[in-house]
Amino acid sequence: MATITLKPFKTPELIIECNNITPDAFAGKTPAEIAELEIFEGKVREKLGDFFSVTGSSGNTAAETDILIDGDCSRVKYLGSKMTVGTITVNGNADMYVGGWMKGGKIHVKGNVDSFCGIAMEGGEIEVDGNAGNYVGCAYRGDWRGMRGGTIHIHGSAGNDIGTFMLGGTIIIDKNAFIHVSTHAEGGTVVIKGDVEGRVGGQMVKGDIYVFGNVQYMLPGFKEIDRVQKEIAGESATFRHYIGDLGERHPKSKGKEIYANLYVKASA
Amino acid sequence: MAEILIKNGFVIDPSRKINGDVMDIAIKDDKIVDKVGSGAKVIDAKGKVVMAGAVDVHAHVAGPKVNAGRLMRPEDKLFKSPDAQEHYRMEMGFSIPSTFKTGYDYARMGYAFVMEAAMPPLHSPHVHEEIHDTPIIDEAALPVFANNWFVMEYLKNNEIENAAAYVAWIINATKGYGIKLVNPGGTAAWAWGLNCLGINDPVPYYDITPAEIITGLIKTNEYLGLPHSVHIHQNSLGDPGNYTVTLDSLKLAEGVKAKNKFGRDTVMHSTHIQFHSYGGDSWANFESKAKEVMDYVNSQKNITVDLGCVTLDETTTMTADGPFEHHLNNLNHLKWANVDVELETAAGVVPYVYDKNIKVCGIQWAIGLELGLYAKDPMRTFITTDHPNAGPFIRYPRIIKWLMSQKAREATLASFKYTDKVIDATNIHGIDRELTLYEVAQMTRNGPAKSLGLSHMYGGLGAGLDANVGVFNLDPKNMPSDPEMIEKALLRAAWFIKSGQIVVKDGEITNHGNKRTVWVNAKVKENPQVMRDINEKFLKNYTVAIGNYPVWDSLAPNPLVIDIDVEA
Repeated sequence: MATITLKPFKTPELIIECNNITPDAFAGKTPAEIAELEIFEGKVREKLGDFFSVTGSSGNTAAETDILIDGDCSRVKYLGSKMTVGTITVNGNADMYVGGWMKGGKIHVKGNVDSFCGIAMEGGEIEVDGNAGNYVGCAYRGDWRGMRGGTIHIHGSAGNDIGTFMLGGTIIIDKNAFIHVSTHAEGGTVVIKGDVEGRVGGQMVKGDIYVFGNVQYMLPGFKEIDRVQKEIAGESATFRHYIGDLGERHPKSKGKEIYANLYVKASA
Repeated sequence: MAEILIKNGFVIDPSRKINGDVMDIAIKDDKIVDKVGSGAKVIDAKGKVVMAGAVDVHAHVAGPKVNAGRLMRPEDKLFKSPDAQEHYRMEMGFSIPSTFKTGYDYARMGYAFVMEAAMPPLHSPHVHEEIHDTPIIDEAALPVFANNWFVMEYLKNNEIENAAAYVAWIINATKGYGIKLVNPGGTAAWAWGLNCLGINDPVPYYDITPAEIITGLIKTNEYLGLPHSVHIHQNSLGDPGNYTVTLDSLKLAEGVKAKNKFGRDTVMHSTHIQFHSYGGDSWANFESKAKEVMDYVNSQKNITVDLGCVTLDETTTMTADGPFEHHLNNLNHLKWANVDVELETAAGVVPYVYDKNIKVCGIQWAIGLELGLYAKDPMRTFITTDHPNAGPFIRYPRIIKWLMSQKAREATLASFKYTDKVIDATNIHGIDRELTLYEVAQMTRNGPAKSLGLSHMYGGLGAGLDANVGVFNLDPKNMPSDPEMIEKALLRAAWFIKSGQIVVKDGEITNHGNKRTVWVNAKVKENPQVMRDINEKFLKNYTVAIGNYPVWDSLAPNPLVIDIDVEA
């Protein structure tokens, strides 16, 4: 494995869009060639080397390429966008769209991420040590095809609209979330280890949600049917099992209607 | 503007029966002429094909439902919008492109004229604002009539003269071009949540049948002598087994003679016929009836059709056929927009993915192409995708590739998930006809221009016609063995001259052109009864005052008006 290190040395005036910071784009290139890659600051085309010093070496293929961003990326959007393989590590925060439309590989952000982390993700892994903004693993505006695969693990809290239109994959939030979890989802699993304010599973057709803390306001479209013992995200617990959203259409499988499942940890 | 000479190209011009002769085309100002002086700008077309600017007989490119599609589908722009060309406007979207992308992409394919196929009369100002915003191409719009209260009331009593006076009033007020019918009676029924699936189903609450509406509007059209025939989207669109309804309605044109001064000899244009050529009685035994439908079309000289080919893309369906869009939304559970347009019509919008791994989509693809391949008269069969309903218009070159190359068709067919099932339900496998460029020119240029009554301006390269000339990187004497090259050449013209201006060079836009809006000014005898009816309904039923209804001249600042005068 070969590592390319990017060190930010200049704070951009506008937020920069770096779709090109991926192992796929870096593979087989020298640091000088990587510094020439195009990025956008607003509508102006700039070069990666205008904002980052580039050192180290890249692998021959994307799979052999690790990218280390040694510094803060609070004003860098689209890190790891559409990446298929390899790794990106950020020693700091990152702005919006981290790992958007990602197909494989791993992204590790040691600080916080802003909104749209893992938007329409298809595979791979995103790990965030801090908090996430809104729209974790959601669909693009207007699209009905959200996250399809892979894992997003947020060690802190997340905002609203988690897993909107989710079709597959797993999202784990270690702390709390605000409102709108798995809205319109037709698959996938969302685990929230802390509390959620409400609107959990609105218009959800299929898929699973686990809440270890409290759901402050339950939606009326969910009905409690039993209590189950489940192990999820490394923890075992007894959950109150709800099905829903009863106001939404539900497909049939083998003559039986399929519902979305909401599991809320039962108080002891 | 000045003089241009396009030298040594292989000219294909069915309007003068010229098939690939090496000739020069001379242009002076905005017209084609016999010869130009030695100072003319010379374009070397050696080894390239030269054809007239193409004419699209049916596309949804402007108006409220197109805009509703743009608004409800931001994802149609994602990763599908090219970077802006310097000095030109941003181009956005794929199936419902922005007005600028619409104009640019049509020009890049060498299109000179596009008919907006369904204009809700009440919203005609919006249609004209968008047409005005679309650069380069000339456009016209067809107001919809077949679910209009006035029309149904007059035709119920067989009052053709009154219907004609009303139609003329609407065409003038909306700066429209002709008579469009969408799901006759069915869209009116939709206001009550109902539909008319056969042409003899009575329209609920109106005491008339779709057949009577169709027949009445054909008579009205010929009474007025409009340049285009009636343009009909038939009942029961998209339903398995609907080909019998299609044949029933086509038969309504039997024996009717065209009466007009525009050289049009047809009385009915049946649009996106692919959606109306379905057999079977469910999606399980869904099959092609393209042969049955096309055999009938071939046997009748007074009807024209356009194909409405499915292009196997993710697209956005939009039609004034409100009940159909509701039905479609129940099938795919995606987004749905629905609107009722007062006394006139309705509309719906639903995104749709024609997936080649779905059997039905594969069969629909085959039906569209079969219709084109069974056509005996390319002058009466036009290439469309019912843009954006069966696919975006930028796929026209791909359809031409499929029609011109059995190899290309078989390769696509073989890439399906259910190839064998599609072959069982269709006839596409083994049709060895390959259209020639001459036939393609008839289907995209000469034919549609004639059907629209515009062959005195478009569709040919004879002296006196508008100077719309496309030059493409294709050698008709030595066509490429790789069918992809056909698509590539037709998608991006080497040169396109629109109204005497070079608007495309090497596939890129070079000029915003001088776009025109074409409409008909229909003069009829004063009809006090109809005027009284119109005033009364505006007072009683419409949400707008009659004075605010007509399209202002300022909304269509580059007019090309076709006058008709009915001596009654």
